[in-house]
This record gives sequence, C-alpha cells and structure tokens, in this order.
Amino acid sequence: MKGKVVKVAGPLVVAQGIVGAKMYDVVRVGEQGLIGEIIELRQDRASIQVYEETSGLGPGESVVSTNRPLSVELGPGLIQSIYDGIQRPLDAIAAQAGEYVVRGVNVPGLDRQRRWEFVPTVVKGQAVTAGDLLGTVQETPLVQHRVMVPPHLSQAVVAEIRSGCFTVEEPVAVLDVAGKSETVSMLQRWPVRRARPVSRKLPPVVPLTTGQRVIDTFFPIAKGGTACIPGPFGSGKTVVQHQLSKWADTDIIVFIGCGERGNEMTDVLLEFPELSDPRSGRPLMERTVLVANTSNMPVAAREASIYTGITIAEYYRDMGYDVAVMADSTSRWAEALREISGRLEEMPGEEGYPAYLASRAAAFYERSGRAVCMGNPARDGSLSIVGAVSPPGGDLSEPVTQATLRIVKVFWGLDDRLAQRKHFPAINWLLSYSLYTSRLDSYYSDNYGPAFAANRTRALAILQEEAELQEIVRLVGVDALSPQQRLTLETAKSLREDFLYQSAFHEVDSYCSIPKQVKLLSIILSFHDQAGRALQAGAPLDDLLGLPIREQIARSRFVPEGERGSLDALEAGIVTGVAGVRGKG
Amino acid sequence: MLKEYRTISDVFGPLVVVEQVDQVKFDELVEVELPGGDVRRGKVLEAAEGRAMVQLFEGTAGVDLASARARFLGKVMELGVSGDMLGRVFDGLGRPVDGGPPIIPDARLDINGDPLNPTARAYPSEFIQTGISAIDCMNPLVRGQKLPIFSGAGLPHPQIAAQIARQARVRSGHEQFAVVFAAMGITFEEAEHFTTDFRRTGAVEHSVLFINLADGPVIERLATPRMALTTAEYLAFTRGMHVLVILTDMTNYCEALREVSAARKEVPGRRGYPGYMYTDLALIYERAGRIRGKPGSITQMPILTMPEDDKTHPIPDLTGYITEGQVILSRELHNRGIYPPINVSQSLSRLKDKGIGQDKTREDHADVLNQLSAAYDRGKEARELAVVLGETALTPVDREFLRFADAFEREFVRQGEDEDRTIETTLDIGWRLMAVLPRSELKRLSDRHLARYLPSAGG
Repeated sequence: MKGKVVKVAGPLVVAQGIVGAKMYDVVRVGEQGLIGEIIELRQDRASIQVYEETSGLGPGESVVSTNRPLSVELGPGLIQSIYDGIQRPLDAIAAQAGEYVVRGVNVPGLDRQRRWEFVPTVVKGQAVTAGDLLGTVQETPLVQHRVMVPPHLSQAVVAEIRSGCFTVEEPVAVLDVAGKSETVSMLQRWPVRRARPVSRKLPPVVPLTTGQRVIDTFFPIAKGGTACIPGPFGSGKTVVQHQLSKWADTDIIVFIGCGERGNEMTDVLLEFPELSDPRSGRPLMERTVLVANTSNMPVAAREASIYTGITIAEYYRDMGYDVAVMADSTSRWAEALREISGRLEEMPGEEGYPAYLASRAAAFYERSGRAVCMGNPARDGSLSIVGAVSPPGGDLSEPVTQATLRIVKVFWGLDDRLAQRKHFPAINWLLSYSLYTSRLDSYYSDNYGPAFAANRTRALAILQEEAELQEIVRLVGVDALSPQQRLTLETAKSLREDFLYQSAFHEVDSYCSIPKQVKLLSIILSFHDQAGRALQAGAPLDDLLGLPIREQIARSRFVPEGERGSLDALEAGIVTGVAGVRGKG
Repeated sequence: MLKEYRTISDVFGPLVVVEQVDQVKFDELVEVELPGGDVRRGKVLEAAEGRAMVQLFEGTAGVDLASARARFLGKVMELGVSGDMLGRVFDGLGRPVDGGPPIIPDARLDINGDPLNPTARAYPSEFIQTGISAIDCMNPLVRGQKLPIFSGAGLPHPQIAAQIARQARVRSGHEQFAVVFAAMGITFEEAEHFTTDFRRTGAVEHSVLFINLADGPVIERLATPRMALTTAEYLAFTRGMHVLVILTDMTNYCEALREVSAARKEVPGRRGYPGYMYTDLALIYERAGRIRGKPGSITQMPILTMPEDDKTHPIPDLTGYITEGQVILSRELHNRGIYPPINVSQSLSRLKDKGIGQDKTREDHADVLNQLSAAYDRGKEARELAVVLGETALTPVDREFLRFADAFEREFVRQGEDEDRTIETTLDIGWRLMAVLPRSELKRLSDRHLARYLPSAGG
C-alpha cells in the first residue's frame, strides 16, 4: 500500500501510512517519483528528506518505499565519472534533460550498456570468501578494477566462473554458498551510511606525499590519516584541495564538491583531463571520481554527497588501493544537516546546529584509515580524508571547525592575512600542526636520512623566533637587534619565501619531490649556520647578506626535478661564498 | 474554475494561514483578495493537509479573517519574458511601472530557475574591460563571473556600479549587450541615480529595471532578484545576449529573508539569519555563468552594504563563500577623497588567471598585477611603520615604497567617474609608477617585460 504526503515544507516532506517504513530507507515521492530518505518515524508518520526540488508537490500525493537504504552502485565505470550527491552521472542527466538539472531524472550510477573485459583470477571449485578477488577489469589505463566477492557472502565455492566481455549486470561467477547458488555480477550495491567492513585496521605509518613543501616537510599527513583545512573565504582552500588532488601519491582520488561553486567544478572538469599524473604521465582523470553537488543543487543531496563519495572510496580501498578523499567543504554538509534538523523542529545545539553534529562528523572521519582488506590475496589499503572547513568570518571557535578539530589529526590553518600578502599556500606555520610527525619520522629517516626531522624542528624554531623578534622590531625598530638576530630574521624570510611559498601555477614549483624538499631546506639552514659562524668570527652581516649565492638560493625552488644535482653544487657554493667574506674580514 | 477560500485563520508578520484547503502544492502561487478589490500575491511556504502557510509578497496590512479570499493558482510564480522588456521599468514583482503597455510574453518562466549542470557550463575566460584600473588590472572581471561589491553605508557604490554598467565592454568585436538592474529596498535617490545615469548615457535602451524601493513591500524583495535573473537567463541563453546583472542591495534581501524566518519561528543561525541563508543566496548567485555552445552570458555584480564595515558579518561572509571574489570598498580611501575607493589588497577576483595575458589583455598583465600588489603592500607596511616610528626611521628603500604607495592610490586607483581607461592605459600607468622604484626590487617582472615596458629614467 502506498503512503501519502500530508505536509510539504521545502526539502522536508511528511508522509503517512507507508507500509514497512524503516529509518533511512529510500522512498519515491509524488508523481515524478522524487527520491527521498526517511529520517524520522513517529507512529504512522514518516519525515522524509527529499533529494530534489519539492516545488509543486502537495498533500495527498503518493509515497512508495523502495525498502532499501540509500545505496551506491559499485563496479567498473566509477573512475572518470562525475556524479551528483546521490550518484547520478551529471553527463547522463545532461544527455537526458539538457543544460539544467531538472527533477525526476532517473539514471543509474553505472552505465548498463558498456562492456568490460573480465579476467578471472579464480578457478572452478576454488573455495572463496567475502572480499576474495574473483577477477580483474582494466577500468582505465591507470586503474585495475578488482572484482571481489561481496561482503555478505562467505564460505563459498566457485561453481562457475566466466571470462570475456560483460556488462556490469551480467553474471561473471556463480558461487555455491552452503548449498545455495548465488550469481555474482560486477555490480554491487552498498548503503552509503554504513562503513564497508575490513579485516582489521592498522596504524598509519607511511606519509601521503603531496609535493607541497609546507605539508610534506612541516605538517605531513599519513596514508589513512585525516586532515582538515579551515580558512575564511579567499584564503585558498580550494587551491590547496586541487593541488592535493593533483599531486598526492595515491592510486585513487575521490573529490567531493559539496555545496561549492558551479564554475569551480567546471574548472576541475576541464583541467583534470589535461593534467598528467606525475608518476605515469597519464591524465589525472583516469584515477579520479568526482562527486559534485554545487551550492544551488538540492540541499538534502548535499548532505548525502559526502557519504556517496566516501563509500566509493572505501570500495577502492577494499581492493587494496591507497585512496584519498577530498571533501570541499564539510561546512556545507553541516549546514545541510542544520537545515534539515531545523525543519524537523529538533532542539538545536550551538548556533542552530543539531546536537549530533559532532558525532556525525566523527563517524564520517572515522571511516578513514589504513587497513588489512577482507579476503585473499592478502592486501592493505588506505583511505585518507582531507576535509575543507569554511568557518563563518574565519572564526575557528565555531561548531563545525571545533567538531572537526576534535577528530582529525592534521590541522592546516589557512590565514587570510597570508593570502592577502599573496603568500600561498596560506597555511599558517605557527598555528598548524600534524600529530603524525612522530609516527612518520622513522619512515623519513629511513628513506631520506636522519637530518630530515632535525631540520624541520630547527626551521620551525627559527620561524617561531621570527615572530617574537618581529614584535621587538615593531616596538623599537630593527636597529635594536643584534646581527645574529637579524640573520635569524633573514633566514626566516628565506624559509618563508623560498621554501614555504609555493606557486600552484608555476610549472616546476607546483610539485616538489621529497628529496628536493630535503635539499632545499638543508641549503637554507646551511647558509644560516655558516653565516652565523662567520658573524661570530667578525664578518660583517651586510656582506654576508649581499652574497650573490643568496640569489641562487632564492631561485633553487625553480630547479627542475631532473636537475636536482645542481643543488649539491649550490650547497658547496655556500661554503666557498661565506668563506670568502670571512677571509676579507 | 479556481476555488476560493474564505478560511484565513491567522495573520502574522508577512504570513497568513489558510485552513480547510484542498490540493495545495508547495511553492504554489496564491492571490489574496481584500474586500476593497486589492489583490496581493504570495506563495505557499508550507503545504499540509487542509492547511497552508502563505507568504504575501506585498505584506499583510489590511488582510482580515472574515472577508479576505485566497485563491490558489495551481502554478509556481512565473514571469512572462520577451525581448520587449529592454528599455522598460518594472516593480519588484515584474509589473510595468513606467506607464508603458503590458509585456506580451514570448515565454512564461518559473522564477526559481533550475540549477545549471556543471558539465554544461563553459568556464568564464573573456576579459571584461570596465575602464576602472583598480578592477581591470588588479581584480579583473570576466564574462560569466559573479563578483560582488562589498560596500559600507555612505560609500559611493552606486556611482561605481553605474560606471561599470556604462563602460563595461569586451575587447573583441560587437556583441549584443544588456544590463538587468534589480533594486531591493534602496532609497529613491539611489535608484534615481541609476535611472538618470542610464538615461543620460542612453544605456536605458538595453536595460531592464526592476525597482523595489525602501518604502516598497519588504517581502517582495525576495522575488525581485529572481525576476531579474529569470529575465537575464532569457536574454542570455535564448536571445544570445551578454547580460550584466546588478543586484542592489543584497543586505536588504537578507533582512527580508530573516523577517520571514522569524515570523515562522524557525531556529535562527548566526545573528538571527536563517540556517538556510547560504543555500538561498547560492540559488541567486549561482545563476551566473556561460553555457557550452551558447553565445550569451550572465555576469553578476551584487552590491551589499556591510553592517559596520564588517566583512565577517553573515551577509558578506556567506556571499564571499559563493561568489568568485569580491571588490571591497575602503572607508579610509573614501575619506581621503579617492574615487573609486577600492581596497586593492583585500579585493579578489578568483577567475582572473584565465582571463588575462597575451591575446586577452596584454602579455605583461599578470606580472604587473603581482608586482604592483607586492609593492603597494610593502608601501603600506612602511606607512604603518612611519606612523609609529616617524618617517626618518625608514630605510631609504622603504621610503621609496612609501612614496610609491601614495602615488599608486593617487594616480592609479583614483580616476574620474567618467574616465574610461583602456587596459593598456591602466598597465602603462602601472609601469610609470613602478619606474620610481629601484630596479633590483622589481623581482616579479621578467627581464623581457622590463626591457619592453619600463619607461627609461627621466623619460
């Protein structure tokens, strides 16, 4: 029996008499079959958040439950797709409905016509269990899709396995599960609000290299870790997110544009196919999934979009890949939550946000992690989450930022004063932190030498000292400082301008490998040390600062990765340069 | 035959509740007829069984419970659009107020519009020359962008907006250009400034004006920008015109939004504004852009006054998160007599990188932009230092930068209200000002550009 609508208020619809209504089940509302999700049950009445515009909907219209929670389709074809918040491909919507996203468009998440070449990795009669690999599909030149036994099937025997080209719905295997035969196709469904299972979680110990100096050297994130980027508008959040999507050394990127600008998504769509992956040279799009629910698209779908994105990411993690999720911006997700909560007339917590904001945010970020995947062959995967936060007025004490900071381990605090001074990425080095540094240091020292961690600590100390010295300069002028202190100021400036500053738009500077980062930092500090010793020996500061080698230090970030060797020569040049000044003095 | 209801049970603020209704749809258009024959328009905010909450655009003054009649029209609010709207003046709900004939619509469009599919958008990349140096060089505007002006009470944003509307042009060829102007709750004098200016310059012939004045119905302001944008979408994507939409003042719009929210006793977000204000503003601002394969474009320039010049106030804050940059006006510059008082360091155009350079403006544009802004910031720092320690405490180089900053404000930022500078003129002024700085300090300019554009000393 069908239920019927009794009240419509914006994205919230109340319906009565839905048979078998369960919390978080998907329903179809009205003649157009608008997609909605049950979010509250009170006796016979169900409150439904509708993922499409409800204008023109009225009491009396029918509501039918699909008896299924909100799910995504998983299988080959996810990569290179661009989805709305509830996994409808935007290009398919455009093909059906034209330039505007209209209501009631019904398109599946995965293409039903396309055939994929399935190569089996098991044989008939083999025992398999949940998560075991059945076969592979070359989804894009960069991604080999691994078709797994769905999580709900265990202790099975392969009764039949096929090979060749199939659509996602055609069976590729028949499994015998306790006497019952189950057909398996490449298409799986998974409810978005439930984390996919793993065998066990592992602590994160390997850095997620991003090619961004301030991140990799000073505030690194681990594979399987979580980070947040809060910052007021105009401080460059989106550029940082784009840089990470471009350069992070992961196998898969899931980029969630949650309530952001339409033109920005268009930019990603146009740019990613043009950019090439630094490791393989293939277009970045071949490892990317985009979920785009722009700010003018329905608010309830915005709430769902981050779950859609993370479920897709988990699916690739289960294959044993390193996956990174970029969510821009989680504040818009929280606002969607607030809007729905307000319409439900729930008692508000801080600033009108629902009391469960913090627990929902925590549950979302907790879906990250490095893990031993289920099934055979044995494999590890990782899922890292980088969430942008847009605090109103740049005020970090607001509820969304605070709820996020309590759970994430890395904080990249963007500073609009730095952005105004055109210092990018505008990550404030005095405010930001990473709780992974100590965990990752052994990895860094094994791979890049023991000096790495020590240099980072020294550099941060110099920057901290700079902040204090500048206080003095502001009060009494630069003349009050000793030559040694002035050298510290100069070194700090060099750290800021020649190391922390990184141009996202410069061909070479956009990406900086870790060995190059190590070298650049040691060059700056080596000048500092030698000039410091020369000062003590009586060399005049101005002569040291006037050395032509400093110009070369400033340009060293533009040295292409291939010519990194020239930096060694530069380091040697510092020794002779400084010695020359000492000799004169 | 439409049913009429005489069952209005509550009237509060801008809202009325109609009981015993049948088949009411959410967002449906409603007419409430008062005993004197006066008809008010409204829309359904909440449709429940046998009960509808209606928001009246023209206010509830004079509505009674006994004899007022409500009619539900079975459709959402629409606007009849046509090319004949150019040159005409309408009220905030799209009815002609210039004494001209009614518009014979070419199409009737839902004023709420639909979200543009990101895959159908074309990325904005054509430079619009506004003739104002502080915008053209430092924060360039491109077609399809939404770039608001953050102003404050008493600052000359009407003059700046009018100047942009008058001077804006694309450098390549002649294309059809139109201005859609929506006034929400601004004063008669401010509106007069625009209309007079449009008439004086002949711009009125390719303009459509929607006017809701400060003494007009408050809730009507919620419909006005939607009327304007529906017209703009028709002109841009059906008629292939390049449309500049000026929305002023968005602060009044947001206040109307808050009024309705308060009347509905909704849980307030920051400063009493509703939690859905971000979404609501996005539905307006995102109706800018270009569509792949279509000639037209919509460029938006919303104007808002920041309460207490505070850009962290919810209205500018949420706007800034949606729009592609912002032009911020400075009271300090204004008080020093500099027009237009654009705060170059705080303003930002997010789409500038794709709109400037060789073939679009000039090859040296990006370098000049970076160098001017770096030098100006350094000059301002020196100025602050000079205030504390006196000018004698500055190093000779810092003194040069201080002089540069003064000259930059006086000669580059400042210009006449009718002065229309080409981008070449603007860039050349920039080069002339930078020539006073020591060449070793001009680190962001390439040697090639220095050789080509830097005026020789004394020249």
